[in-house]
Amino acid sequence: MDLATTYLDLPLRNPLVASASPLSQTVAGVRALADAGVGAVVLYSLFEEQIRRQEIADFEIVAMHEDSFGEATSYFPDVDIAAGGATPYLRHLEKSVAAVDIPVIASLNGVNLEGWAQCARQLQDSGAAALEVNPYAVPGDTRVAGAVIEERHVEIVHTVKDAVSIPVAVKLSPFFSATGTMCRDLDAAGADGLVLFNRFLQPDIDIEALAVGPAVTLSSPVESGIARTWIAILRGRVAASLAATTGVESGADVVKYLLAGADVVMTASSLMRHGPAYAATLLTELTAWMERKGFASVADVRGLLALGDEVDAAAYERAGYVAALTHAKDMYGDFLVRN
Amino acid sequence: MTRTTIDGNEATVHVAHRLSELCAIYPITPSSTMAELADDWSAKGRTNIWGTVPTVIEMQSEGGAAGALHGALQGGALSTTFTASQGLLLMIPNMYKIAGELTSAVLHVAARSLAAQGLSIFGDHQDVMAVRQTGFALLSSGSVQEAHDLALVAHAATLRSRIPFVHFFDGFRTSHELNTIELLDDAVLHALVPESLVHEHRMRGLSPERPFVRGTAQNPDVYFQARETVNPFYAATPGIVQGVMDEFAAQTGRAYHLLEYAGHAEAERVIVIMGSGGETVEETVNHLLAQGEKVGVVRIRLYRPFPAAELVAALPATARVVGVLDRTKEPGSGGEPLYLDVVAALSGAYAEGHLASMPRVVGGRYGLSSKEFTPAMVAGVYAALAADRPPTGFTVGITDDVSGTSIDYDRGLHIEDEKTLRAVFFGLGSDGTVGANKNTIKILGEDPNRYAQAYFVYDSKKSGGSTISHLRFGPHPIKAPYLVGSAGFVGCHHFGLLDKLDVLGLTRPGGVILLNASMPKDEVWQSLSRPVQEEIIAKGLQLYAIDADSVARGAGLPGRTNTILQTCFFAISGVMPREEAIEAIKKSIRKTYGRRGPEVVRRNEAAVDATLAQLHRIDVPEAATSKRAPRAIVSADAPEFVRTVTAAMMAGRGDDLPVSAMPVDGTFPSGTTAYEKRRISDLVAQWDPSGCIQCGNCAFVCPHAVLRSKFYDRAALDGAPDGFESAPLNAAGLPQSGYTLQVYTEDCTGCGLCVEACPVTPVVGSGRKAINLTADEGVMERGVTNVGFFESIPQNERARVDFGTVRGAQFLQPLFEFSGACSGCGETPYLKLLSQLFGDRLTVANATGCSSIYGGNLPTTPWTRNAQGRGPAWSNSLFEDNAEFGLGLQMAADLHNRLARERLSMLRDRVGAELVDDILSAPQIRESELAAQRVRVEELMRRLDGMEGPVAEDLRSVADHLVRRSVWIVGGDGWAYDIGSGGLDHVLASGRNVNILVMDTEVYSNTGGQSSKATPIAAVAKFAAAGKAVAKKDLALQATAYGSVYVARVALGADPQQTLRAFREAEAYDGTSLIIAYSHCIAHGIEMSKGLEQQKRAVNSGHWPLMRYDPTIRDRGDNPFFLDSPRPTIPLSDYIYKELRYRMLRQTAPEEAERLLGLAQHAVDQRWAVYEEMATRSAGQFMPDATKRN
Repeated sequence: MDLATTYLDLPLRNPLVASASPLSQTVAGVRALADAGVGAVVLYSLFEEQIRRQEIADFEIVAMHEDSFGEATSYFPDVDIAAGGATPYLRHLEKSVAAVDIPVIASLNGVNLEGWAQCARQLQDSGAAALEVNPYAVPGDTRVAGAVIEERHVEIVHTVKDAVSIPVAVKLSPFFSATGTMCRDLDAAGADGLVLFNRFLQPDIDIEALAVGPAVTLSSPVESGIARTWIAILRGRVAASLAATTGVESGADVVKYLLAGADVVMTASSLMRHGPAYAATLLTELTAWMERKGFASVADVRGLLALGDEVDAAAYERAGYVAALTHAKDMYGDFLVRN
Repeated sequence: MTRTTIDGNEATVHVAHRLSELCAIYPITPSSTMAELADDWSAKGRTNIWGTVPTVIEMQSEGGAAGALHGALQGGALSTTFTASQGLLLMIPNMYKIAGELTSAVLHVAARSLAAQGLSIFGDHQDVMAVRQTGFALLSSGSVQEAHDLALVAHAATLRSRIPFVHFFDGFRTSHELNTIELLDDAVLHALVPESLVHEHRMRGLSPERPFVRGTAQNPDVYFQARETVNPFYAATPGIVQGVMDEFAAQTGRAYHLLEYAGHAEAERVIVIMGSGGETVEETVNHLLAQGEKVGVVRIRLYRPFPAAELVAALPATARVVGVLDRTKEPGSGGEPLYLDVVAALSGAYAEGHLASMPRVVGGRYGLSSKEFTPAMVAGVYAALAADRPPTGFTVGITDDVSGTSIDYDRGLHIEDEKTLRAVFFGLGSDGTVGANKNTIKILGEDPNRYAQAYFVYDSKKSGGSTISHLRFGPHPIKAPYLVGSAGFVGCHHFGLLDKLDVLGLTRPGGVILLNASMPKDEVWQSLSRPVQEEIIAKGLQLYAIDADSVARGAGLPGRTNTILQTCFFAISGVMPREEAIEAIKKSIRKTYGRRGPEVVRRNEAAVDATLAQLHRIDVPEAATSKRAPRAIVSADAPEFVRTVTAAMMAGRGDDLPVSAMPVDGTFPSGTTAYEKRRISDLVAQWDPSGCIQCGNCAFVCPHAVLRSKFYDRAALDGAPDGFESAPLNAAGLPQSGYTLQVYTEDCTGCGLCVEACPVTPVVGSGRKAINLTADEGVMERGVTNVGFFESIPQNERARVDFGTVRGAQFLQPLFEFSGACSGCGETPYLKLLSQLFGDRLTVANATGCSSIYGGNLPTTPWTRNAQGRGPAWSNSLFEDNAEFGLGLQMAADLHNRLARERLSMLRDRVGAELVDDILSAPQIRESELAAQRVRVEELMRRLDGMEGPVAEDLRSVADHLVRRSVWIVGGDGWAYDIGSGGLDHVLASGRNVNILVMDTEVYSNTGGQSSKATPIAAVAKFAAAGKAVAKKDLALQATAYGSVYVARVALGADPQQTLRAFREAEAYDGTSLIIAYSHCIAHGIEMSKGLEQQKRAVNSGHWPLMRYDPTIRDRGDNPFFLDSPRPTIPLSDYIYKELRYRMLRQTAPEEAERLLGLAQHAVDQRWAVYEEMATRSAGQFMPDATKRN
């Protein structure tokens, strides 16, 4: 059975990729994922904003006591810590790369273009096989127009591509007015891959404490529809590799994404839920399905149920919608969808 | 040659580092910077001129540094050290050796006062004068350029002469003055220090290849002769030094001489002087010459060997009076040393016939402890020398109304070059004013046609302290080693300083005053006090204002107003075109802050860009309109000494105090911080009586003793002001009682530790606890009124309070209050606790360091007394001897206690047998027992009153010793682990009943974060920039080995109850006690409001295991070793990486950081295993207490 695939021009032993999650925060975790058989690992994200915030906090605690007392004009040796905020991440990346023989992809969330470029270079220098740029931001400012956000995404891809020579993938939000156009624009800007889609970790409300707090919920297969739809549409329409993420819980979910046209299928939630070794289960289920259906290679499966160039995407979506409604009626009766 | 603007320390080490193979050092103000830079450069791989990186080693004391230096020199290495003051004194024994062995060496000294009636970190020549007899040559620099140049002369001359050199310059005035200088190229250094000299030095070193014995013991037959062998070397040295100076002049064009005369060729009055004061005298001479006066000055550069012949030759034959000015004081001598040397030289020459007539020679003192020495004073001296009988032994710069030594002078005389522009900036330490001014002066000094100078004055408070920056710049080199007296531009970077300091007094008529004012521009004028308005109008000042704090907040740098106000200075003064200035400021921001990270640079640049739109010229009306008078410095009901003396110091008018105002022996009244209501924080604590559970945690941790608790019968609230907060006392059996936690708002520093310590769950949704910080000005003002009423409520009786609980301890009056320690200090809560528990019978021996500064630096001091007039008696001897000093205090107490008991026994019949027996047999451990003993001793005193006879009189003088005293030896880790380690060890082994409190910040805090043996592995500190690679000394374990020492390791933030218990057990233990207290510190790189959290992490990670070792338990047959903290629950990394001192290494050398983290975690695991094993031993497995006979 040939599970080999290519993602971002990187040859992978199979199409299952561990996406960014706390599992990759330790080298042991990365090694466990590799041992379980994944094709590649995307490290948890380097958030430049955190580095900058720490930088300012450090500046404040140092500067407030400098040049303020006759006996001591400073309290620390004069060392250059400017580039140092990312060091723990970079060290982790280096050690992860050294620890496993599969590609390790670094994930980055930048603050400004200068930061995106600088951090991207540092990640490349530390041995990342590729970069996954993650322009994760909840546009809380209600005055920012959609076009501005879209331009910002393109600008980031341009900047990062200019800064590094390793492949660059973009992890996207599904919430664009024209997701397809956005993807094509990013493709045109040079993105080597599109990762569909990011999930926003929305805050939750604690009704006992009357407090708002962060909520971490793992994804479930019901959420995978949007990504599958867009992968099916984009297959063949963009040069970039396509990575599916969200809602992978079983081998069947992997198969569905491959059929829709994904080059790789990423999962964090199932591995978080069941442990890194669960990757082997997913691969076993994938292989079993391929055997059962008589497929010899992943390449044979990929994109079988993609939209294809000749089909109208809107019609595909509508077709899927209508089919879903019909299915729902069959299952639950008419009342559910009447409104 | 390269021009640069640096200070005297850097100028010196710039040469010393290039000409050394080894620097053995120990930090001491004001020389520390030299050692730090040497270490920094070596750490970065900077080489000497021969291509090798000098080795820099930090020793445990200056004595140790001198020993290492001596050894390195005998090993043939080119070696140097940097020191000052007490440090130089500690080197004296080795200096005799080094000189006696004719060893080439240079000691660079930032000359500083010596601790006598009080310590002073400031500059004079007392230290260098104390080594003039050691055989070292003494070479004096008077300016930053000279410090740079003569450093080279010293290094070159020592190798040629074989005489070791002390190269010195004035501490602070030169060591810390920034001035524009020409840097020496390596080529010049090579030319003056050829390698052949280095090789000769090496060949004089010890080597088994050519063995010899050096350092023999000599007998009466030959010692004397051997001592005289060196005479030719000393005789040759002046000539050698002049030869080097001449070579130097040929290389650089800057000519120096052993001494230099300047002035009228037929001068009648001549001053002889050494050091930076010479610059001032020479400038004044030029001024007086222009007035037609026949005056001159001899500036001494080589002081030892004393160039007597050159002095005679330099002095004009017309000199009628020679006034010798010494920057030192030798009580009881026939005159100060330079004066005596000049007298000897001139009389010798006269006797030999080299001098036709003997001028009148008089001596005077000036400038002790960096006392200002101005042209006005110099003119005053010349005027005094013109008298028929000029005074000798005079002083200038002070008013001596006791001995009448001081001469008068015209304080209004200013002689500065009109082309030199002068600016003064008043800031707060935390706002970065000094840092920005350093950059300003460097920017201005970069212009090849401009010279610049800056000098900074700091106050002695570590929190909320002010800084005053004195800047000069102009077309000529600036030789003005004194403060700016009249400035064209004055910046007041904190509005409140206008009312505290004489800001406008330094502004010249028609000058500019720039205010950082938070109010709208239309309200600025009206916000000024009336006297300020009147002075602005009278002087015709141009007034500008900016709300720099708002600009800083907007740029994301709250409180950092420095670059904003710097931009205003450039814009208003027009010293550079605006655009050019802004670009230069940004360039300096990138240079200064580039190493701190791009976001720091970006925000600082944004602040600069946002500045000018907010800068406003304020119209000054023709008449004052304000009705506001400035707040009084101290309240009218303060004691007279505080009102007349302390208040003058607080207001910056200490220079005006006459000699008679000063105590003769350094004895000052305690408890003066209570009168200094500093109001340094806009944020102050606010108590919420409804949410409070009255646990006392907040009061326990408050570093500044601004939280006080009392309980009282509710009737006591009659007459309470509106808004006085009270709650029903939360205690069984006292239903009618009220409870108040009073915040002393004017003294609160807003550190937030109380909020952190409050265990009350935040009220739902509010994020508030039972104590919170607020910026509400009403709270500050209500606090003032409420404190007044609170103080009228009687203090709770000590005997009614349970000392054994944190909750009970809150009702004990702190007798250590409102210190100037850093906001949120980790040390002071321990001292406060000490004062609460034992304060009324406490004697404190305090090692030099942070605690001696916030504990004893004038103008105000925090150790205070209770309503009965009792309180801690406090003294500081030195840094290195504190354990021994405290032991001496204890022994004195012991012997007087013994004497009292003996005398009392002798008087048993006369005094009354029952009372005497009760006194002699009274237990004195519990507070009630101590209270009872006090009553008995008071009764004894009554009975002794009027009783005659030598025994009764003797008993009266020692009777107070019948109440048990509590002697505590306190200090930091620099003292306990390093410089005082030997003494501490000896005291621990003494078996004497003293108590030792080590406040362990794991670093030299007071001198600026140098590594000590308490610094943990993997932490970064100065002299351990690459991470401390050796484990922290386990002082607790060492002390337990004696078996006779009560030992505790505590962390008040992690377990206050254990801390309290340890303090009480230590004090009650009849033997030596040692408490090692975790003290979070600004040098850890933490937000100080998180200090207690870090203490918890230190304990939970196993870095700081809480333990007690109680020998009395062993004596009872049980295990004396108690492990008071649970097994580590978090990895060490979770603790250490919350602190910048550890993160720095991870960010600069991640692999090494990982290696050291691994070792550190191993050390923690290992130690925990050892402790756990010890905690399960039987009594017999510990060393018995050999000091106990039964």
